[in-house]
Order: sequence, then C-alpha cells, then structure tokens
Amino acid sequence: MISQFFVLSQRGDNIVFRDYRGDVPKASTEIFFRKVKFWKEDGEEEAPPVFNVDGVNYFHVKIVGLLFVATTRTNVSPSLVLELLQRIARVVKDYLGILTEESLRKNFVLVYELLDEVIDFGYVQTTSTEVLKSYIFNEPIVVDSALLPTLGPASIFMQGTKRMPGTAVTKSVVANEPGGRKREEIFVDIIEKISVTFSASGYILTSEIDGTIQMKSYLSGNPEIKLALNEDVTIGRSGSSAYGYSGSGSGAVILDDCNFHESVHLDNFDLDRTLSLVPPDGEFPVMNYRMTQEFKPPFRINALIEEAGSLKAEVILKIRAEFPSSATANTILVQMPLPSYTSRVSFELEPGAVGQMTDFKEASKRLEWGLKKIVGGAEHTLRAKLTFSQESHGNLTKEAGPVSMNFTIPMYNASRLQVKYLQIAKKSKAYNPYRWVRYVTQANSYVARL
Amino acid sequence: MAPPAHQTQRSPSPSQPSGRSEVSDLKLQLRQLAGSRAPGADDSKRELFKKVISYMTIGIDVSSVFSEMVMCSATSDIVLKKMCYLYVGNYAKNNPDLALLTINFLQRDCKDQDPMIRGLALRSLCSLRVANLVEYLVGPLGSGLKDGSAYVRMVAAVGVLKLYHISASTCIDADFPAMLKHLMLNDRDTQVVANCLSALREIWSSEASLSEEASKELDGLLSKPLIYYLLNRIREFSEWAQCLVLELVAKYVPSDSNEIFDIMNLLEDRLQHANSAVVLATIKLFMQLTLSMTDVHQQVYERIKAPLITLVSTGSPEQSYAVLSHLHLLVMRAPMLFSSDYKHFYCHYNEPSYVKKLKLEMLTAVANENNTYEIVTELCEYVANVDIPIARESIRAVGKIALQQYDVNAIVDRLLQFLEMEKDYVTAETLVLVKDLLRKYPQWSHDCIAVVGNISSKNVHEPKAKAALIWMLGEYAQDMVDAPYILESFIENWEEEDSAEVRLHLLTATMKCFFRRPPETQKALGAALAAGIADFHQDVHDRALFYYRLLQHNISTAERVVNPPKQAVSVFADTQSSEIKDRIFDEFNSLSVLYQKPSFMFTDKEHRGPFAFSDERGNLSIGVESADNVVPAQRVEANDKDLLLSTSEKEESGTTVNNGAAYSAPLYDAASAPLVALDTQPVAQALQAGLAIDDLLGLNLTTPAASAPAPPPLKLNAKAALDPGTFQQKWRQLSISMSQEFSVSPQGVAALTTPQTLLRHMQGHSIHCIASGGQAPNFKYFFFAQKAEDTSTFLVECIINTSSCKVQMKIKADDQSASQAFSDLFQFALSKFGMP
Repeated sequence: MISQFFVLSQRGDNIVFRDYRGDVPKASTEIFFRKVKFWKEDGEEEAPPVFNVDGVNYFHVKIVGLLFVATTRTNVSPSLVLELLQRIARVVKDYLGILTEESLRKNFVLVYELLDEVIDFGYVQTTSTEVLKSYIFNEPIVVDSALLPTLGPASIFMQGTKRMPGTAVTKSVVANEPGGRKREEIFVDIIEKISVTFSASGYILTSEIDGTIQMKSYLSGNPEIKLALNEDVTIGRSGSSAYGYSGSGSGAVILDDCNFHESVHLDNFDLDRTLSLVPPDGEFPVMNYRMTQEFKPPFRINALIEEAGSLKAEVILKIRAEFPSSATANTILVQMPLPSYTSRVSFELEPGAVGQMTDFKEASKRLEWGLKKIVGGAEHTLRAKLTFSQESHGNLTKEAGPVSMNFTIPMYNASRLQVKYLQIAKKSKAYNPYRWVRYVTQANSYVARL
Repeated sequence: MAPPAHQTQRSPSPSQPSGRSEVSDLKLQLRQLAGSRAPGADDSKRELFKKVISYMTIGIDVSSVFSEMVMCSATSDIVLKKMCYLYVGNYAKNNPDLALLTINFLQRDCKDQDPMIRGLALRSLCSLRVANLVEYLVGPLGSGLKDGSAYVRMVAAVGVLKLYHISASTCIDADFPAMLKHLMLNDRDTQVVANCLSALREIWSSEASLSEEASKELDGLLSKPLIYYLLNRIREFSEWAQCLVLELVAKYVPSDSNEIFDIMNLLEDRLQHANSAVVLATIKLFMQLTLSMTDVHQQVYERIKAPLITLVSTGSPEQSYAVLSHLHLLVMRAPMLFSSDYKHFYCHYNEPSYVKKLKLEMLTAVANENNTYEIVTELCEYVANVDIPIARESIRAVGKIALQQYDVNAIVDRLLQFLEMEKDYVTAETLVLVKDLLRKYPQWSHDCIAVVGNISSKNVHEPKAKAALIWMLGEYAQDMVDAPYILESFIENWEEEDSAEVRLHLLTATMKCFFRRPPETQKALGAALAAGIADFHQDVHDRALFYYRLLQHNISTAERVVNPPKQAVSVFADTQSSEIKDRIFDEFNSLSVLYQKPSFMFTDKEHRGPFAFSDERGNLSIGVESADNVVPAQRVEANDKDLLLSTSEKEESGTTVNNGAAYSAPLYDAASAPLVALDTQPVAQALQAGLAIDDLLGLNLTTPAASAPAPPPLKLNAKAALDPGTFQQKWRQLSISMSQEFSVSPQGVAALTTPQTLLRHMQGHSIHCIASGGQAPNFKYFFFAQKAEDTSTFLVECIINTSSCKVQMKIKADDQSASQAFSDLFQFALSKFGMP
C-alpha cells in the first residue's frame, strides 16, 4: 500500500499532493526532490526509480518532464507501484486529453477527484477510465494543444502528415466536443521501437523489435471489436534457439513473445490470429510483443575515423535509408562521442544539403548531426575535420564512438506485423465509425561501432 | 482560475507574507458567500475552494479558514462537497475541535439518497483521523457495510481499517472484523472482497501478537476453502486486486502435487498479462509452489524467461528496471539456465547506469564455455565507453569472467590490451584485476609481468591500483628488472602517500623484493622500515617494527614468515552470504529485490510488508514433499540453489591452505652481515617459539588431509532423519559455527565421477546427504548428521572442486561446541573416500 502520491514539476513545485495514510512526514516532497536532483551514489549519475531515505521508500516515474511520485514505509511490490504511477498518468491524460504541467495545474481539482477514487487508504481501487467516469464530476478544462509537446509515442502523429487527424490523440475521453456530439472513432497504433547494433564491419551483432499495438477508442456503447493480424504470425521460438536468426526469408512473422491487455480474448487467436475485445475507454496497449527474428534495418550506418596528420583527424559518416521511397523518416539525429582531447571540429555537408544541422558539443565532446527528413532510398554523408589538443594514443577507434542514431518513420514497420482488418460489431446499418490504423517505427538503441 | 502556477521557484513557506494576506482575503470572501443562496453563488464558491486547495497543495497553511469552509459546504453541488471533504481530511487531524464541526454534515450525508454522496461522506468521515471522534464512526460504518450499493460497501470496508488505525479497540469492540469476514466470503462485488481482504490482513496481523483468536483468523486467510474461493474468481478481480490474491496464495501450502499443478494451470495465462505486477506476483507464486520439485522448478524458470524479457523491453524505463532487477535475481540464482539468453543482457548506449550495472552482473554470471568469447568481446566495447563508471564495471566484469576460469587465455590478452589504452582509470582497474588473476593463475605471470613492468608508476594514482602494482612488484621481483628501483621511488614519496593500505603493501613488497634481490633492495628496505617505524599509522608502524625484529632475529625465518610459498587461490569468497540471498528470494516481488537486501535491513518490523507475519509459514511449503514422504531425503536433487556455484567473487576466503609442495624459495645465510642498518634499540627476541605458535593456532601446515587424524570420539546416529524443509529452516536460523577449506586426496577426486558416489560413502560414516548438485569441476553438497546420544544436528555445506582438489566446508550445529569434533569426523570420512 502507498502512503502518499504527489506530482512535482521540474523545479520541484508540488502540483498535486495527496496523503493517504499519514505515516510519512509531509516534508517528503522536499526530501525526495533534493535526493533526485543531487543524486550521486556509487558513481551513478541518475537516481534509480526506487530508493529509500530514512525508512521511507520513494518511487518515481518521469512523464513529460513531471515527476510522479509515491511513498511508502512497507515492503511493497515495486512493479505494482511503478505500474500504478504510469496508470495514474494515463488516466489523467485520458481525462485531460493532454498531459502537461499546464493542463495539470488548470485541472488539479479534477486530478484530486480522480486520486480520491483511484486509491483509498493506500490501496488501489480502480484505474479504469471507464469505471471512474461515474464518480467524476469536474469537467476538464481543455488546454490548447497546438503548441505543446506531448506525451507518448503516439504523439508523433501530430507532426505533419495530413492523413492522420492529430487532434484525436489529444482529445479528452470524457469532454464533449464543441458540437455537443462526440465523433465516433477508434485509433489503433502499431508502434515499434527497434534496437540494432552494427559491428565495425557493418555486420549486425544484435537486433530486436519491441512493439505495442495501442488502442484508443472514442466509440460510444462499447461495441465488441475484432482485430486480425497477419495469419502467418507465430509466437514463441520455443526457448532453445532463443537468439538465432533462423526464420529469415520464410516470410513468416515470428514473435519471440507477447502479452495482452486484460480485456483481450484469445479464443480464436490460435485459429485465425484475431484478437477480440470490448475496448474500455481511454488509451491502453492491446498487445506488447518482442521480436529478435532477423529483419531489414531501416538505416545502414557507415562511420570512419582516421588520423589526418598530426593533431588532426577526419570523421566520415554515411547513412543510407533502406526502406521504400514511399516512407519518409523524420527528426533524425546522429551522435558520436569524439576523443576527449578534441578541441575543434569543422563540418562539411554534402553539396545542396537542406534541413541539416551540425554541432560539436564542447562539454561532452560529442558530434551531432541532425536531419529534418530522409526519404526512403536516400543516402547522406557528413565529413568532419577534428583538431586535437594533444597527440592521440594511437588507436582512434578506441577513443571515439560508437555512433548512435535516433529517428522516427511514420507509416512503416520493420516487423511486417500488420492489422489486416478492424471489425466493429455493428449497431445499425448507418453506424460506420472512423477507424484509424497507423504504423510508426522509432529507434530505441540504434548503434554502429567503430 | 488557475492556481498560482509560476509564481515562485520553490513552494513558499507558510510564513510567507503574500500567502498570509491572501489567506485572510479568502477567509473574508468565503464568509460573505457562506449564507448566500444567490444564483451563481456555487460557481463563486468553486473558485474560492479551488484557491484554498491550491494553497494547500503548495504547502501554505490554510487551516485558518476551516470554519468558513464548513459553513460553505451546505450545498448540493457534489464538486464543492468533494473539495470540502478533501480540505477537511487534510486539516482535521491537527484541528480536532474544528473537525467536530464537520461531523454533523458528514453524518447527514452518510444517509443521503445518492450512493455516491453516501460513499464520499463515509470515506471523509473515516479519514478525519481524530481519536475522540471515533464514536461517530461506528454507526455510519455499520450501515455502510450493509449498504445496497457496492460503492458504499467498498468505502466502508476500507473505512473499518481506517477506524482500526485510529482506535483499534473501538473497531474490535464493534465486531467489525467479523462483518468484514462475512462480506469477504459473500459479496458479489470483487472490489469489496478485495478491500475486505486487505483490511482483514492488516487488522489481524497486527492483532495476532495480542490475541490467539486473531492469529487463528490470520491463519484462516490461508485456508484451502478461502484460497480456492479467491482463485476461482480471480478473473473477476481488477488487475490490482489480482496481485493481492496472488500474493496471498503464494503463502498457501498445498497438500499435494496435484493441487500445485491445478493452481499453476489455472494461473498459467496470468504470465501473459501486460501488467508486470501481475506477472511478477504469478512468478513468485509458481516459484514458491515448486521449491521442492526440482525439475518442475526448473521448468518454471524456462517458462517465465520470455515473459520477463518482454516486460523488460516493452515497459517504461522505470517499470523495466523493476522487472530487470527480478530477472537479475533469477539469473544470479541459476545462471546456467540463462546462458543462451546472454544477448538480452547487452547494454544499450542510452540506458541509465543502474540498468547497465545489473546487466553487467548478469553477463558475468551467465558466461560459460560457449558464450565467453562473445560476452567478453561485447564487454570490451564498453570499456571504451564515455561513461567512466560503466567502463570500470566492464573491466571488472571481464576480470570476474576470467576468474571463472573459462578460456582464460584470450581474456588475459584482452586485459593486457586495456593496459595499453593508457587511460588512467582503465589502467587502475586492470591492475587490480591482473593481481587477482595472478593469485589464481600464477602460470600467467610471465605474460602479465612483461606488460605490467612497462607501466609507468606515475600513471597509477588510485590506492587500490597502487597497492596491486606494489604487490606484483614484490611478488614477481625476480622477473621485473626494475622492481627494486620502482619500489624505491614509491618509498621516496612515502610522506605523500595518503593510503595506509598502500604503505602496508609497500613494506611487505620491499621485504619480498629484498629476499630475492638483497643487494639491490637493501637501501630501499632500510628506508622503508625507517619510514614505516616513524609512521603515525598504528598498523604501519607495528608492521614495520615487526619486520625489523624479524630481520634482526633471523633472515631466513623472516623470509619463511613474510614470503612463504603460496598456494594459488582457487575460489574467491562470496560477498553476500547464501542466507541473505535466500531471504531476498523469499521476498521476491518486493523492494528487497531492488535494494538487494532483505527487508529487515531497510525497514522496521511493523512495515515488513503485508505477509511478513508468515515468515515461518513461508518456509513450511518447502517441506511439503517430505510430509508426503514422496521423496526420500537422499534423492531430493539439488534445487536451483545448487546451480549457483559461482566462483567469481571478490574476497579471498578465510585461510589459504598450504599443501607444502609448491616452489621453494632461495635461502639466505642467516649469518650474512647485517643487511639492515638501523640505529634503533635492541629488540626483544620473542619469536623463538615458532612451533609452539603453530600448535596454538592449530595450523597443520605440512599434513595433507589424506592422512587426517584418527576419528575422534564423537558418535553419530546412523539412522538420522531430517526432512528438507526442516533442513532449510535450520540452515537459515543457525549461524555458521565453522568454515574451513582443506584438500581432498587425488584418489578421492578420481572416485568423484558423479555426485552420487560420494553420497553412499558418506552415509557409511553416518553423514547423510540432503541435496547435491553441480558439474565437474565444482560439486556442491548439503549433508546432515545427528549425534547418537541426543537429537542435536549438524548441517554441512560442502563444495568440492575437483580440479584444485579443494574442499570448502561450512558447518552449522545445534551444539556449537561439538562442531570441531564433527569437523574432524567429517574430514576423516572424506579422506577415506576413494581409498580401497
């Protein structure tokens, strides 16, 4: 059971503070914030999500720059508390449409109302947006979302791409539209995070896809939904060859493992790979999956560092987009740690480069190369000339790198897992809600070694 | 109106003037509104209430408007009511007189038509936390528990618990626990059931120490009918309540293995839940259920691997850390079962260091013949990492793997390459490791020393690294041309050396160097002893003086004392005792796993966790098998504990044992002129009785274990019996009364082809095996024996390494005074093993 729950801003101000059991002193918010801010233990730079100060256990998760914190004196299940903190954030987001410091401050009374029902005397009562609806009386005060950074992977849909209605993800589940009627729609997002490590010679050392099928339903009356995946999806590689690259080329999608939301029925899953569920209100993951089967990495990275005379070296970075030209990656950032004695860097972009930026971060000795977008099939190169303040020790590749890359590719997924169709149990002939099935791939740990 | 969002950086203190004037302003406005029935009054009230609550949130004391708030609360606006309740709950405790004001309207609201209002009022009433108001709670709580609305019953169940914490006697006297029990067994609504369960668990476990009845009721929570009742409904519970039920069931002791399998089959699909708390609670349950069924237990490991890894990679970084900590625990317990999953433990460049640290430990643990090359290659990449603490950890990891004796050859090359990187911290870590490696594998000295000799001592700054370098200079003085001169330069800087450890090492190393190369070292030794004797640090001073006296007495004796031939270290001792590890495992799915310490080390007794009461009971489940007499004690094969034969630890275990046959050191003529010229006073000659001291210490340096003394008079019961559960319990309760390391005869090792052969042999000596496991070269056994005359028991953990012919033995005994006799007997029995 937990004793207190509070939300702190980046500066450490209390935005919401709720004491459930009165067995932890009120000063806990300050104790917590000081500890997190000035964490230095065992050479760790960052406070772990759970720590103990004077017999009080502090749990925290960081969400859109805010700290969601719970305290307790008992030896509880840490997973339970951390899941709960995430879930509280999600419920709040469902209500407010958008989770930011401003929206929380404007709606703190509503948040208190929620907290009162979610936890009683430290015990979780419910975290279902649906169930909570009947207990909540405050109307959310909607914050203008246009200019604000948002929460979660789905937020990337807001950037450009006219095909997708960006407002939907920031729409409150409970608030009424200005027109009085809610638009009947449902969103299914297939979000994949990929991790790849390339060796110096370009060979793939490890690769993994961590995916989520996320759903957000604005359908009234909670109709049953059928979600069909590719029929050739198989699950489980039966342990033994856990990380072998066996199934390549066969075309089948082989997931190592997956888990499902409580509401999902798997009665037909073995038969025809359909998931049936009655989606609860709000945003939730229908299914999480993990895949280590070989796949084609969306980008190839070539990185080279060479000595070029005394106190000088040259870096050449080449990235090639290996996905179809119908897709476009955006917000690409390539980073590379340089030798610690690098004093100056001059960059040379390819002729005619548009929407690219380069930087040398003096303090952390890191090279950064940002690209607004890369169309499938394109290749880009960066040359950088380094000046050193001292003679290098010989092997430059041990002093620099690895190169890491961040990117987002909408409407593309590396695993080839697909939602074949999304069937909504019909209430009437006229009932034809909007259905959005969207794919996106993001880099998790995308690294090339030198 | 928004709360004062960005006004200050830190929450203002209550005394802040701006806060005070605004509060009195609020008070005034509230008073004006209190009686108003004007249209729109509620809206204005809402705004004012919001302001009050927002001040309360940022820490401004607004208790002074208490009476105005109460006056304004006579309203039908539920939003207003809620804000008022929140306010009252926050300040009532410190303003009990004012709280009385609220009782009236709360009691009235408890009878409202709307169940929502009833529930809210009841919750607020119970949250007042004022002891002298409890009499007002009993009535509303009683009717709340019988309310037609599940929402009200839900609130009432928790309300009973709140009452209990304000006034336990009022709660017990009103017979609320019995009412909760009735609800728990009969309510249709699962959240009501869950709340009753939570409340009863808390109430009964704190009452259990006071009343027999309560402790019986507490046991009743683990009764078969209740457990089955909850299990059968588990899918109706919310995911959070499921965790509660699973936690409870983990303490339940099934009567036979069919029951175990039924429960596991029923809950199998919980492992596919997206909520990590549900999955971990299920895993804990499966682990506990199968503790005594080794093969099933192992299957559970196989089954839970994939779900755990999925949770690690799909959750938020925080959730994934919590799951990874649990995976870490399992990997450390049974590394072999995870050896093919090592790639999942590779670090991502963007992970926080607390995650990377766990992963490095896991990689170290799972390294074996098949994956070492890849793991070490990966670790070497991290050594060049910009994150220096992780680079250090990675080097240590490589070293630990080397100490695990797989493919040492290649690893030593890698370590030596680190030295060539010429980064100070890399050099420092590597030196420490090379030293440990040399202690275990003296045969590598040639390669290592060549590289170490090239290191400029000026680049070594850290005390540990310096100490390691100095140790090597002393130990390998004959192979390192410059050793005396490097030591000399260290001695010249004696004054600047802050670390006493380094100075101690310097003394010893100079001594050793002197024995090998006296003419070159004489001057340095003189300087070192002089500096040492003048040292302000007690230990350094004493050791210098001791060396000086030794040298004065007799140089060859001094050499035998300071630099005797050494046996390579075979196993470095574990840093955490197995008892501690078992405790942590018992507390799976709790903070203990994240902190890597059992709960008693970080929390006081009353907060030991919801199920701490069943500490003893938890262990009983282990004994299930034997209660059925399904498996005779001897055939209970090693459970996962015995898979844990890591040899990768930090400290050298207790005593190094001399087998007397290592290399012989050159002797110097004791009469050769006084090599040390020091003008101190004559020193008493106290060291003649060398032999007597040997006897005193009970050291038997020359006698190999094979010719152990004749069996001592301790008599053991040949038909001793002990079930595994009792063994485990005893093992945890008793402290180690004796820990020893000795050698086993080559014949014994030859005969030890499988663990079973030894079991039969030891049984012949009335020493029985309860569990065994491991693979060549490491075998691990748990033995027990009983005295013939009484039932006093001896427990033994025994690890036999067949490649080094070493036995490590830990004895725990009911009668500690007899453990020496038993140890002799045990060694005697073991020494006969393999003899015709």
